[in-house]
Amino acid sequence: MRRERSALAAILPFLWLAIFFAFPFLLVAKLSLSDAALAMPPYAPRIDWSQGLAGVQAFLAGLDGETYARLTQDRLYLDAYLSSLRLAATGTLILLLIGYPIAYGISRCPPRLRQALVMAVILPFWTSFLIRIYAWIAILKPAGLLNVVLAKLGLPAVDILNTETAVLLGLVYAYLPFMVLPLYAVLDRQDETLIEAAQDLGATPISAFWRVTFPISLPGAAAGALLCFIPMAGEFVIPDLLGGSDTLMLGKVIWTEFFANRDWPAASAVAIVLLATLTIPILLFERQQAKVLR
Amino acid sequence: MRKGPSAFNIASVVVGLAFLYAPIVILVVYSFNASRLVTVWGGFSTRWYVALFQDAQMLDAIWVTLRVGALSATLATVVAAFAAVALVRAGRFRGRTVLAGGIYATLVMPEVILGLSLLLLFVSVGLPRGFWTVTLSHATLTLAYATVVIQARLASFDRSLEEAAQDLGCPPWKAFALVTLPGIAPAVAAAWMLAFTLSLDDLVIASFASGPGATTLPMRLYSQVRLGVDPKINAVSTLLIGLVATGVIAAYLAQQHQRRRGAR
Repeated sequence: MRRERSALAAILPFLWLAIFFAFPFLLVAKLSLSDAALAMPPYAPRIDWSQGLAGVQAFLAGLDGETYARLTQDRLYLDAYLSSLRLAATGTLILLLIGYPIAYGISRCPPRLRQALVMAVILPFWTSFLIRIYAWIAILKPAGLLNVVLAKLGLPAVDILNTETAVLLGLVYAYLPFMVLPLYAVLDRQDETLIEAAQDLGATPISAFWRVTFPISLPGAAAGALLCFIPMAGEFVIPDLLGGSDTLMLGKVIWTEFFANRDWPAASAVAIVLLATLTIPILLFERQQAKVLR
Repeated sequence: MRKGPSAFNIASVVVGLAFLYAPIVILVVYSFNASRLVTVWGGFSTRWYVALFQDAQMLDAIWVTLRVGALSATLATVVAAFAAVALVRAGRFRGRTVLAGGIYATLVMPEVILGLSLLLLFVSVGLPRGFWTVTLSHATLTLAYATVVIQARLASFDRSLEEAAQDLGCPPWKAFALVTLPGIAPAVAAAWMLAFTLSLDDLVIASFASGPGATTLPMRLYSQVRLGVDPKINAVSTLLIGLVATGVIAAYLAQQHQRRRGAR
């Protein structure tokens, strides 16, 4: 009986998600089937409620897949789509490679130090994303700090601001805590006696790591990879501030279509395509979280 | 027994933290630079802070941001507390998967998609864009984070205390309010703090949901950043970092203190 009453607590969050999350997605889907128009709001058709059912019918007849057809005809959208996925995948791979040693290193430290180190990894996440990306502009720009340091060391200057390299650097920098924390969570819980058993049976520390620790940590790696890949594929701030005009990512395309071109149907269609692409990783992520919660 | 860290372990942690903190340290240091140029150190100065406090538009944006943050964090925390109770306490009720799924979906959803969909909602119901639309949007954005924080604490909270209160004749809602709520208060406070800082930080959703008169600080910073590096941005960033770091470290120490007391 108590359990049923607790379920009543779900009503408020359900309503909230229905109004502010689920219903708006239907609107995006609807708008992606509309046409751009010179009006405010800038799209057509709209439902004419004064005509009753006929108005709704006329509205439904006005919907078509023209915007999607437009997306397939322009190379720009395809390029943006592919480079979004490529950058997000590359970024995730780099994050795994540098996040793993950090998480593993923390899990080897004495308990008190471990907590402080986890705190130190989380803290940058609490400071503004925009500000942290802005900080990189001052470092990477042609007359920036990186080149000053390189010149002092007698090395040639590099000009990477407004390139894909800078975007990758920004993605890795901004999402590093999201990779380290899930990895640390599994590595920290690992039963130390397993390693000892492996070593008692003659395994070297390195082979004990690869054959015991590493397989156990894979769920953490999967959680971290999904947690980074999904938002990175739709990232706007990083490609906009650190990338050049030739660095196309879908998040930036949606923003430009919406704010600069005022083409709301195109922005919606791109959003639907991005969402459809991310559905599989999102479902994988949810399944994993459900396992953790149980 | 756990073996201590190897040299490689120590090196990876040190390099990792250096990578995370170097840009922030540089940003803070250069907010006190007398020179306008990033690469030239012109001596210590607080002139950019003075300039900041004379910039009425910036101050206005800070005020809007703080109000949006406080209000949206409160909304999100309340809804999140209900969601956490349902997820932790209600067992496997119908719709639990849908609720959990919806919450985790907002957690990873790219912000551009969330922002665009919320804007379309406000346009379709004819709500004029401004302070309230940003507040509602930010509450939606931060709901998932707040839920995860409260849920984690509630799941580990000893339920027998609340049951004891009920056995002694206390109505369930009152037992929850008098016994469990004070017990999970640190997590509720942490959830509020997290929601507040996420709201302070958000550019993308605010840009979609905001209208005239409700320009938030990230929106103002963004338009300035696009014009180039400006030491005034470093100054406002330093203040923000200081504010958030103080809050987070205080919350962390308070939690440690409580844990130690609880262990005794």
